[in-house]
Amino acid sequence: MEDYAVVVKDLHKEFILPQFRHTSVKQIFVNLGRRGVKKHQKVLDGISFDVHKGDFFGIVGRNGSGKSTLLKILAGVYAPTSGVVEVYGQLTPFIELGVGFNPELTARDNVFLNGALLGFSRKEMLGLYDEIVEFAELGEFMDKKLKNFSSGMQVRLAFSIAVKAKNEILIFDEVLAVGDAAFQQKCFDYFEKLKNQKQTVIFVSHDMGAVRRFCNRALYLKDGNIIGLGSPTEIADIYAVENIQDAPAEDTTIDLQLPATYKINSKIITQNKNSLVMEFSYDGEADQRVIIGLGVLRDGISIAELSLPEDIQLVGKGRIQYTLDLTHLNPGSYQMSGSLFLHDTRRLMAVSPVRCSFVIKGNDPTKGSVLKLEHNWQVDE
Amino acid sequence: MRYVTKRNRAILRAMISTDFKVRYQGSVLGYLWSLLRPLLMFGVLYVVFVYIFNLNKGVPHYGVYLLLGIVLWNFFLETTAIGMTSIVARGDLIRKISIPRYLVVVSTTASALINLTLNLLVVLVFALFNGVHPSTNWLLLLPLLFELFVFSLAVAFFLATLYVKFRDVTYIWEVFLQAAFYGTPILYPLSLIPVRFQKFEHTLLLNPIAQIIQDARYAVITRETVIGWNVLRLRFALVPIVIVLVMAAISIRFFKKQSKYFAENL
Repeated sequence: MEDYAVVVKDLHKEFILPQFRHTSVKQIFVNLGRRGVKKHQKVLDGISFDVHKGDFFGIVGRNGSGKSTLLKILAGVYAPTSGVVEVYGQLTPFIELGVGFNPELTARDNVFLNGALLGFSRKEMLGLYDEIVEFAELGEFMDKKLKNFSSGMQVRLAFSIAVKAKNEILIFDEVLAVGDAAFQQKCFDYFEKLKNQKQTVIFVSHDMGAVRRFCNRALYLKDGNIIGLGSPTEIADIYAVENIQDAPAEDTTIDLQLPATYKINSKIITQNKNSLVMEFSYDGEADQRVIIGLGVLRDGISIAELSLPEDIQLVGKGRIQYTLDLTHLNPGSYQMSGSLFLHDTRRLMAVSPVRCSFVIKGNDPTKGSVLKLEHNWQVDE
Repeated sequence: MRYVTKRNRAILRAMISTDFKVRYQGSVLGYLWSLLRPLLMFGVLYVVFVYIFNLNKGVPHYGVYLLLGIVLWNFFLETTAIGMTSIVARGDLIRKISIPRYLVVVSTTASALINLTLNLLVVLVFALFNGVHPSTNWLLLLPLLFELFVFSLAVAFFLATLYVKFRDVTYIWEVFLQAAFYGTPILYPLSLIPVRFQKFEHTLLLNPIAQIIQDARYAVITRETVIGWNVLRLRFALVPIVIVLVMAAISIRFFKKQSKYFAENL
């Protein structure tokens, strides 16, 4: 078992729902007649995986999928209902930065307090102290009470402790969600360093960009089950597919007071590697010429607007198909929406009620860019 | 599982020093209050019970006798009351990091221990002033204090575990302590109880706190103190010790079993 850092076998976790928990003596009596109706909630439903030494291991999933519960079990905060969790090596859980920080103490005292909670003796912390202060760039403030620190300074201090006082296995839960852009950059630089040093890291994130960039392995958690375990590329694909459930378009229709006599619906007919066929069905007044507008979005941001060429004339109701060339788009998840305009006045008459979503699977070497532009290089003679 | 590891020592030390630093924040005299508070308290009690109620008839050195009882009782009260709420009070820590849960309870007893030490020093000085002769018998205090510590800690562990699930415990315990205070020979010397209530007197001595207080008074102040070892048959005299051991065993089991789920039950 030399090269394993964490081994999880058939891990189950159930919680008793709070309304069925006794929190006072009165409630015991109230619930006395209702024995056996305690509701359990399955949060983790028999999951197994392992993390090798030196892995940068990503855990991905939507809110409520059990990620945080899994992390807390790995960190030893929660006990499993059943199953085995074996951890080889000292583990530092940064479920949250700055655990145990006390606002009434000075920054200096808090460094030692936090360090102790992470498993470092006073002597060890004395050795690390100067580095921590330097990294946090808070030298002149260390004798001030923490309550007088801005939240940004507190995060900086907490992060610096986390960076310097580290054990064999590190756990990060959504650390990137806090802090400003400069702080995030610092985090990324630090992760890059950890990755190069072959430090074992377990990393929970919604940010697929970060998962692709740092992780060498990842798992996708859905409703307490692992539905994907493998390379970050595979996991990113699952993530994209899982997150596209045709989302209703924003409620702009109400504000626009569109006429009820016009309608447009869109659906995806087929998709293959290079192209995608969409069908629009439209419905309007028999004597009015209409045109169809088409928007392509990525992560909610419009990347292209297209409309029906002049030589196609549409009136009344009917269907029309559109083929989109996918060869210029990088892997990722996209949405398309259709809208109906009057040809003469260009007035918006209807918007399709749902956005069609599609995913282009595959490894994205650019880590997040949208377009593959035609390019042409020439070497100067 | 090892209990005395480098990590556990560091955590315990950090938590205790945090408690201490935070407690006297903003007070001018700071740590001095730890010593001043018992001194002032003693002054009040001494005046009330010795000069107003005149309870000192019949018991030599009644003032010191009274104070020693109160000091030991206060330790029990402080340890159990603070220990009971400790897990809930440190909920933020317990929900986020896996430090050994028992350290949280143990760390809160530190301040009670320091208070006890300071108070005892004050009492012993009082005793000398009062004309009590120091003797090697005073060393008997040590095993008695150990017994008191074990019992208080055991009760604290038990209550802390209960308190996570049932917040009523704090009110129940408050009332119980109030009753127990009068059910324990602290203010009144047992020798004041009339002979026809001897059975009652003997029952009171089965309580571990009563046994500890009476034994301590016997060892430090006066041989006239009524102690179980003299008035009860041996197997009854041993009852308080058995209660302490049983309580400790139950508490450890209960705490160990439940502490795994503190994070989710909080």
